[in-house]
Amino acid sequence: MGKLFSKENCEVFSNPLNLNNPIAVQVLGICSALAVTSQLEPAIVMGLSVTVITAFSNVIISLIRKTIPNRIRIIVQLVVVAALVTIVSQVLKAFAYDVSVQLSVYVGLIITNCILMGRLEAFAMMNGPWESFLDGIGNGLGYALILVIVGFVRELLGFGTLLGFTIVPQFCYDNGYMNNGMMTMPAMSLIIVGCVIWAHRSINKEEK
Amino acid sequence: MKINTNGNVYTFVYATVLVVIVAFLLAFVSSALKPMQDANVARDTKNQILTSLNITGLKGDAIDKKYDEVITEELQEKGGKVFVATVDGATKYVLPVKGRGLWGGLWGYISINEDKQTVFGTYFDHESETAGLGARIKERWFQEQFNGKPIFTDNPQQVALTVVKKGASKTETEIDGVTGATLTSNGVASMVTDGLQQYIEFLNK
Repeated sequence: MGKLFSKENCEVFSNPLNLNNPIAVQVLGICSALAVTSQLEPAIVMGLSVTVITAFSNVIISLIRKTIPNRIRIIVQLVVVAALVTIVSQVLKAFAYDVSVQLSVYVGLIITNCILMGRLEAFAMMNGPWESFLDGIGNGLGYALILVIVGFVRELLGFGTLLGFTIVPQFCYDNGYMNNGMMTMPAMSLIIVGCVIWAHRSINKEEK
Repeated sequence: MKINTNGNVYTFVYATVLVVIVAFLLAFVSSALKPMQDANVARDTKNQILTSLNITGLKGDAIDKKYDEVITEELQEKGGKVFVATVDGATKYVLPVKGRGLWGGLWGYISINEDKQTVFGTYFDHESETAGLGARIKERWFQEQFNGKPIFTDNPQQVALTVVKKGASKTETEIDGVTGATLTSNGVASMVTDGLQQYIEFLNK
């Protein structure tokens, strides 16, 4: 057990949460960060789905990494990810129909997520299954963290709600406060992601 | 002996084997789960029809039971299928409609009162509209805006009920759209107007 949670492995897991965050530092997965963050709930759902799929596709690729022919490795990775996502969505459709209806919009976004391909190519191709699993969970959660921050800001300012519950009290509206319609536009999520990256870099300047 | 993983033969064999395995796996999963998925889809359709009749919050077998109780007849009218329902002793008609959103198909059920002049309730759903924007047509607050609204203004041959930009509705037959989802709202507008228009003979019968 000691080896499973060694210092290196802990770093594999915790680095993507902060110092090597897939969105804030590697600037991967921006397309989906833009698409699903206009409210908090889809941001959380998407973050968790990507975490699970990244972890398991990392494990599978890591297990077969020594057999994959170098020239078609990207295709092999894509086939594995697409098969995994399709099977998961089929199983959900049969056993947890409500969840699958919720996720149906995200399936395409998960398969084409750059973080998945990035982690498979950069990590799972060179590391063992357990490390790859940790790396997948870490990167997925790092991605989810930024999505939740952006979703929080956009839903609060754009709709005056959080997770569908009204947060901004009625008397603010009566006194002239207005929801910012700009926040519901995809362009604003890029600007917020930019602000997050800015804040993240100035906090971590010294450590670099 | 170490296999050369970069050779042409190995690459071809590897790709072939991988594709065959994945294809079998997907085909197996798909056909093994098909009956369960179909049952889920059928039940979900019933639930959508019930939702358009403002009957919500049912789960599992309760949906089938309530559906059999409420829906008394299925008519084949010009324009499509019409479900005849009895809710609290009053007759309602449920009209299925289809349309196109920004990214994919839209569909819905519009239930109307016995006089065929006003809306009783609606249900809308989508294949792949943007989460948090266009996807909000699936939320009840949007659908409930239609409740009690008239279908026609003065011309009984022309459906007037439609969706307009949020805040721009002036008459009873104009419903507020979803902010930030103009194209999806336009899709719902033409789905409602054109969809009901196809039933025009039934609506005037």
